[in-house]
Amino acid sequence: MSSVTLALTDSTTMLRRQLVHLRRYPSLTLMLIGMPIFFLLLFVYVFGGTLGAGLPGGAQPGAAGRSAYLTYVTPALVLMAAAAASQGTAISMAMDMTEGIVARFRTMAISPGSVLAGHVLGSVVQALVAMAALLLAAFGIGFRPSAGLVDWLLLGVLLVLIALALTWLTVALGLVSKSVETASNLPMFLMLLPFLGSGFVPVDSMPTAVRWFAQYQPFTPMIEGVRGLLTGNASTATLVVAGAWCVGIALAGYAWARALYRRER
Amino acid sequence: MTATAAPPAIAVSGLRKAYGDHIVLDGIDLELPRGSVLALLGPNGAGKTTTVNILSTLVRAEAGSARVAGFDVATNGFAVRGVIGVTGQFSAVDGLLTPRENLLLMGRLHHLDRADRGKRAAVLLDRFELTEAADQPAAALSGGMRRKLDLAMTLVGRPSVVFLDEPTTGLDPRSRRVLWDIVRSLVADGVSVLLTTQYLEEADQLADTVAVLDGGRIVAHGTPAELKRAAPGSEVRLTFADVAALGRAADAFVSGVRDDATLTLAVPSPSDPPSVRAVIDRLERSGAVAEHLEVATPGLDDVFLALTGPDARKVAS
Repeated sequence: MSSVTLALTDSTTMLRRQLVHLRRYPSLTLMLIGMPIFFLLLFVYVFGGTLGAGLPGGAQPGAAGRSAYLTYVTPALVLMAAAAASQGTAISMAMDMTEGIVARFRTMAISPGSVLAGHVLGSVVQALVAMAALLLAAFGIGFRPSAGLVDWLLLGVLLVLIALALTWLTVALGLVSKSVETASNLPMFLMLLPFLGSGFVPVDSMPTAVRWFAQYQPFTPMIEGVRGLLTGNASTATLVVAGAWCVGIALAGYAWARALYRRER
Repeated sequence: MTATAAPPAIAVSGLRKAYGDHIVLDGIDLELPRGSVLALLGPNGAGKTTTVNILSTLVRAEAGSARVAGFDVATNGFAVRGVIGVTGQFSAVDGLLTPRENLLLMGRLHHLDRADRGKRAAVLLDRFELTEAADQPAAALSGGMRRKLDLAMTLVGRPSVVFLDEPTTGLDPRSRRVLWDIVRSLVADGVSVLLTTQYLEEADQLADTVAVLDGGRIVAHGTPAELKRAAPGSEVRLTFADVAALGRAADAFVSGVRDDATLTLAVPSPSDPPSVRAVIDRLERSGAVAEHLEVATPGLDDVFLALTGPDARKVAS
């Protein structure tokens, strides 16, 4: 068997294993999918009436504000859904490492990258499901995207890139954690970063130091990219920056994860 | 290929490993002929698991050479992994999968075709008495059943060299016997087994050769019978009510070893009835009355205690 066939076969086997895990452990999946939807409802129905009125364009407080804010905040929560799913990645990676099953895999004649690839592919599937569920929920409460066919296709590509970036990063975080508890806490910053960006309010309204961080942190171009594509007026420059961040984070996470996986324990 | 041309299952020479200043393996040599069982015996921290980890390609040695089925573990790890099966000290079972799914997963990773995977899983479930629990999550299995599943998973790929790192630690006596039977049947099929254990009885039951590891060195090596011969001789232990009686008896047995703290006199003597009777007769003639008599024969335990631990190391150096 050539090394490419071996890598594909073994990675598929490991992906199957991850998908069975997702089915067997539905509470984690449901929690990770449910939490961003809860935030969506919270931000639209509790804060939305007022926050929407503060957006540029000046909707009336109340129903009109809520509707404007739903359109504004949905991209941020898509990102939060991906971040929540990647928290699950770190947890399942750390569980594998503490269980001894990875030691078994490491003594078998299988493709060395397949264990990590299985985790990453499984989590990308989970993140895409979570992001789709969030978009459906937003649609259910009145969000009407104005994206064309090309926008949707590009959105699909961007969301896959975002999922890959966050997942490779959190696989590494799961590997670096000594315990499952640590693995569950370490990726928490990913849940908070969308708040310190253009996800919930425009960055122009922030004080200078915070604004500077919010403008340049990677989540902002990702959120702006998703927002642009959903509303049908994406800027190419934003998409390129977002894509570059995703590829960069994914490669860095990949390199880090591989080094950690090869390390002797 | 003739039998003499086939390389041994395991050949290790001058193997060294240290973690920082702590030397774990201080130059060990081992050889495991094909189709036999070698038991690595030693206390906690002796270097048993490190040896297994090096031979199963999990950890790199610092110096020395190690070959498994003729393949160098340092330069040809993938080939080594293709012929070995490892059951480590910690459960390597996927708790979210059922035992059957665990075995099928191993089958996929060994690239068996669908029919072969199913058959292999069914055979192993049956052999390890896991059929009844086959379709419930493995996390719900008892410790003994988990251990059996662990070993069954190791055997899916029909390995020719099997490493068992303390396979029966924490098992009840019945499960332990079941595992012993499985190891015997593996060997009957021509599999070579390297076993680490803290239980001398286990080494005695299963091993063709025993290597006693202590402080990163092999302090004794031989068949279980050879090691037992190296043990201290049998003795009759007499316990007395007071020092006066102990003193009288000690005068009668010049070769006896007296312990005033426990009021015991240990008299070297064969353990057959006439020899023991002779000890009792002489004791009666001395006028001392013993409260308790015990005939102690050496076992591998005595060899173990004599060879390992801080006292033994002091004597050696």
